[in-house]
Amino acid sequence: MELVLVHLFPDLLNLYGDRGNLIALRERARRRGIRVTVRQVRLEEPLPRDGDLFLVGGGEDRQQTLVAQALRGSTGQLRSAAQSGAVVFAVCGGYQLLGHAYRTAEGQELSGVGLLDVVTEHPGHNTRRLVGDVVATCTVPGVGELVGFENHGGRTRLGPGARPLATVRVGFGNNGEDGTEGAWCGTVFGTYLHGPVLPKNPRFADYLLRLALRRRYGDVHLQSLDDRAEEAAHAAAAARARVPR
Amino acid sequence: MAAGRAVATLTRLLRVGGGTVLPGRVARWLCPQALEVLSSSLEPVVLVSGTNGKTTTARLVARALEIAGLRTVHNRAGANLHAGLLASLVVASDLRGRPRAQAGVFEVDEATLPSVLPILRPRVLVLTNLFRDQLDRYAEVERVAEAWRHALKRLPPSAAVCYPADDPQVAEVAQQAPVGVPFGIEDASAGRDTLEEAADVRYCYRCGVPYRYTVAFLSHAGHYACPVCGWARPRPSVRAEEVQLRGAAGSGVRLAWDGESVTVQTSLPGLYNVYNVLAAAAACHALGLPARALREAVESTRPAFGRGERLAWDGVAVQILLVKNPAGFNEALRLVVLERPRSLLVAINDRTADGKDPSWLWDVDFEGLCDLEAHVTASGLRAEELALRLKYAGWPEEALTVERDLARALRIARQRTPPGGVLFCLPTYTALLELRQILSRWGVAPPFWED
Repeated sequence: MELVLVHLFPDLLNLYGDRGNLIALRERARRRGIRVTVRQVRLEEPLPRDGDLFLVGGGEDRQQTLVAQALRGSTGQLRSAAQSGAVVFAVCGGYQLLGHAYRTAEGQELSGVGLLDVVTEHPGHNTRRLVGDVVATCTVPGVGELVGFENHGGRTRLGPGARPLATVRVGFGNNGEDGTEGAWCGTVFGTYLHGPVLPKNPRFADYLLRLALRRRYGDVHLQSLDDRAEEAAHAAAAARARVPR
Repeated sequence: MAAGRAVATLTRLLRVGGGTVLPGRVARWLCPQALEVLSSSLEPVVLVSGTNGKTTTARLVARALEIAGLRTVHNRAGANLHAGLLASLVVASDLRGRPRAQAGVFEVDEATLPSVLPILRPRVLVLTNLFRDQLDRYAEVERVAEAWRHALKRLPPSAAVCYPADDPQVAEVAQQAPVGVPFGIEDASAGRDTLEEAADVRYCYRCGVPYRYTVAFLSHAGHYACPVCGWARPRPSVRAEEVQLRGAAGSGVRLAWDGESVTVQTSLPGLYNVYNVLAAAAACHALGLPARALREAVESTRPAFGRGERLAWDGVAVQILLVKNPAGFNEALRLVVLERPRSLLVAINDRTADGKDPSWLWDVDFEGLCDLEAHVTASGLRAEELALRLKYAGWPEEALTVERDLARALRIARQRTPPGGVLFCLPTYTALLELRQILSRWGVAPPFWED
């Protein structure tokens, strides 16, 4: 089997160890004998047509504007990739831009890709950033508990067309009010969880891999891996999240 | 001045133990203007701020001032928030609240800098660099830069700002300074031609397009230019014209400014310390100190607490390198790879001073470690996260032990070190404090406030 992973704007959206998500997907596929190709897409470059899974990371506010422009240029391509069953997975700043719109702390309105029915607003630099550990229960069947770390000023609200990715047990989530974290719809996923999220939540990583492979190979069985190190890191993160610090 | 006197009296009472912060907290509670009052007679005042290199650079500058004959007060233990600055002044003051020193050298936390600049009114401000660090606290590198940009505009016209020409973001910010003293490495042989993963500022502040680099030294520090607007690395007035790196043994650097040239040998290891020497040279130049004072200061300065010091322990050497962000960690790994030790202890904590989110480990290039024949002992509160990172970097499972308890981990790592060998320890900040405590309990190291 083959899998093409596409990393969008790695030199802009590389905040916070999010390349760990790419490493996790790549290594977990390779350990199952899947041939993995990673394509890095920089600003102004077209998206590859053969991508099975598109990763969008988080960035700083200034980069958000650049990325919003770049993503708008690729909206059509990203939309048709998702319609053909490719997975789109976005973290933090990338997640915000997958929605309809993002209003920056300065009040600038950035239009998003519109792949997720969410809207984000940054209430301004003088408001509290939502920072800290997160433990949440994932709504994706079979994934269970998610652990990660959030750090965002923007507040995201879900429309009727998006499902929350998780319900928060520790932490703020999308907006610190409604107890939801992230959003998903079909094969498009957005989350505020850094950490990075996929290495420590291997069942979620495997879910995304299976979904990405489905486009070409139908339902596939992924052999189970020795995940003791992953589970230990997950447990350590969850335990630290429950200690006030 | 009643409060000032009370402060000073308290000082004497509080001088027990190694407390480097508490006297400052008490003084500030008694007299909110204490920092301004106690520092007002100091001339010159030098402030050192930035992500990496504050402690070492401040030590070098303080030493040079002492050698030039000025009694200097200095927050040398690295307590660099408001209370820590004040504590160093309180401890160095007499009963009437007057400092027993002429000059002051203070390292200042980068987020604290804007608030203390108008109070301490430095003659020289040294900016070392800006790297991605504890984002849970500083939010974003760009916001620190923005705060600096505003703070520099309010400096008095006589203040000199020493800044790294090689760091595009800091160099751009420093254009707001009344007087700029750019420093940089000219010797391209000390660099590489590609940027590493941890590099975070690579886009022109004005145009938003990527800088073009002809050489990269350390993370995003190098020789760069914007292809659109033409903004490029300023020509440094204090230059490292020749750099000879000798791994953990230190470096030789030929420094030049204003037609003067001096070669210094430093036992401080790694290219990042070449930048610290260079930053100190720029400060000495701005202060008008003789080159001799700089050279003596550099050559008599041993690595600071956890900054590459080597301790003897029962037939092996222990070398401790503080790691706190991807850029610094990559430099430490580069040294480790050169030295090829058989045993390595890495201790990752996630307390406030370490950064509560250990995800930055995923931006460290552990992949480059994998051809090393060594055993890694992973320790600290997030030992498991480190172990997972190493697993995904391809590090063999049988060459790794996970032991959260630092004392036990240290024993394991010690056993893995052959006689006469070097045990490398890479702790985050609070793990470093813990490590030092354990080593001093075992008689290997002195307590840190004696450093």
